[in-house]
Amino acid sequence: MAGEAGHVHRLTELLRENADVLIGRWVESAAASTRGRSTSAELERDFRELFTAVLPVASGDGRDLSGNGYAEIRSLLEELSRTRARQNFSPAETASSVFALKEPVFQLVDEQNDQDLFRQVLGFSSLLDALGLWTFESYSRARESIIKEQSEQLLELTTPVVKLWEGVLAVPLVGTLDSARTQVVMEKLLEALVETGSEHAIIDITGVLAVDTQVAQHLLKTVVAARLMGAECTISGIRPQIAQTIVALGIEFGDIATKATLADALRHALRREGVDVVRRGDGVKR
Amino acid sequence: MTASGPEELPIVSDEDVVRVRQAVRGYAQQVRLSLVDQTKLVTATSELARNTLVYGGGGSARIEVVTDNGREGIRASFQDEGPGIPDLTLALADGWSSGKGMGLGLSGARRLVDEFDLDTEVGRGTTVTVVKWKR
Repeated sequence: MAGEAGHVHRLTELLRENADVLIGRWVESAAASTRGRSTSAELERDFRELFTAVLPVASGDGRDLSGNGYAEIRSLLEELSRTRARQNFSPAETASSVFALKEPVFQLVDEQNDQDLFRQVLGFSSLLDALGLWTFESYSRARESIIKEQSEQLLELTTPVVKLWEGVLAVPLVGTLDSARTQVVMEKLLEALVETGSEHAIIDITGVLAVDTQVAQHLLKTVVAARLMGAECTISGIRPQIAQTIVALGIEFGDIATKATLADALRHALRREGVDVVRRGDGVKR
Repeated sequence: MTASGPEELPIVSDEDVVRVRQAVRGYAQQVRLSLVDQTKLVTATSELARNTLVYGGGGSARIEVVTDNGREGIRASFQDEGPGIPDLTLALADGWSSGKGMGLGLSGARRLVDEFDLDTEVGRGTTVTVVKWKR
């Protein structure tokens, strides 16, 4: 990594000697763009770490960031991007923290009035560019992984199996049904049927925006699977616009019981269970 | 979703099908299609976009607002450069599928919209264009 073998890299020396001043100015200029979401103390701690990691590679131009020499600075920047992505910083704000080191360094070199230093600072500038871009990339990777986590959480969240009555389970479906979601729904429902020994399941699609042939096919398969396990399935929450669309599409639900509302489906299931819901005769509310 | 100019969206994954569907819903709400017509158009879109993905090997969707003698509507067209459809009569028949679907996608989508145009050539690809007018 040493630019000229045998020679001491002058810029590196200069940076080391003026570390405290540089870090101070760096924090100052970066603090403006982080708008109080990080305290100066936090920034200073992060930047001091970064600065220490930059020193050994300051003589490189960052053309090959994947090299071993850059391992430490890379992992530090990744960490920084990850925390910032979680704190809702924009990618530009994150990368500009790195670029913010340029100004204090240029200023310092300017004061020295030294041709050699000037050449070295050009290399250092492209190193910072490369590091900034690396931050950008790590930031998007971090964001992507957050999005992936969230969509997985959502998959779990939106498919609860609830017990409505002894022997009656319900799955309220919300949003878009794709193959992955339906698979989760089917598995959860079938497992819950076994665990609770229920004989009735209600799949409520009130929250499903559109039922196309794929969704219908998934629903039908789930119902058939439940039947094979000896449970009866009712599909509820079929709204007028969905009903008309299903008819126009030509989908037939055959002998599967469907109801307009979850309440109807529950009443249907209770009746099948031999439970009758009656209003008390005396008419007194207690 | 307020753009009224034509919008082109790629269809290369399952998520894209959802994205196209949401875009069409946005357009449908913009010209104030009735809830039933919105649902019909969105469902037809869903079928056609999935066909583009599954049978056409991916392609693109183009959505726009169209006007004709003062009435507004949504036109959506789905284009792929896949194998094309060799037997149109069969493909448009209820219950026939070259894949493992229900065989209602293409024929069903046709019944859900007001205008349906299918342009296909074996080996060159397929373009399906549908229009739903505001009542």
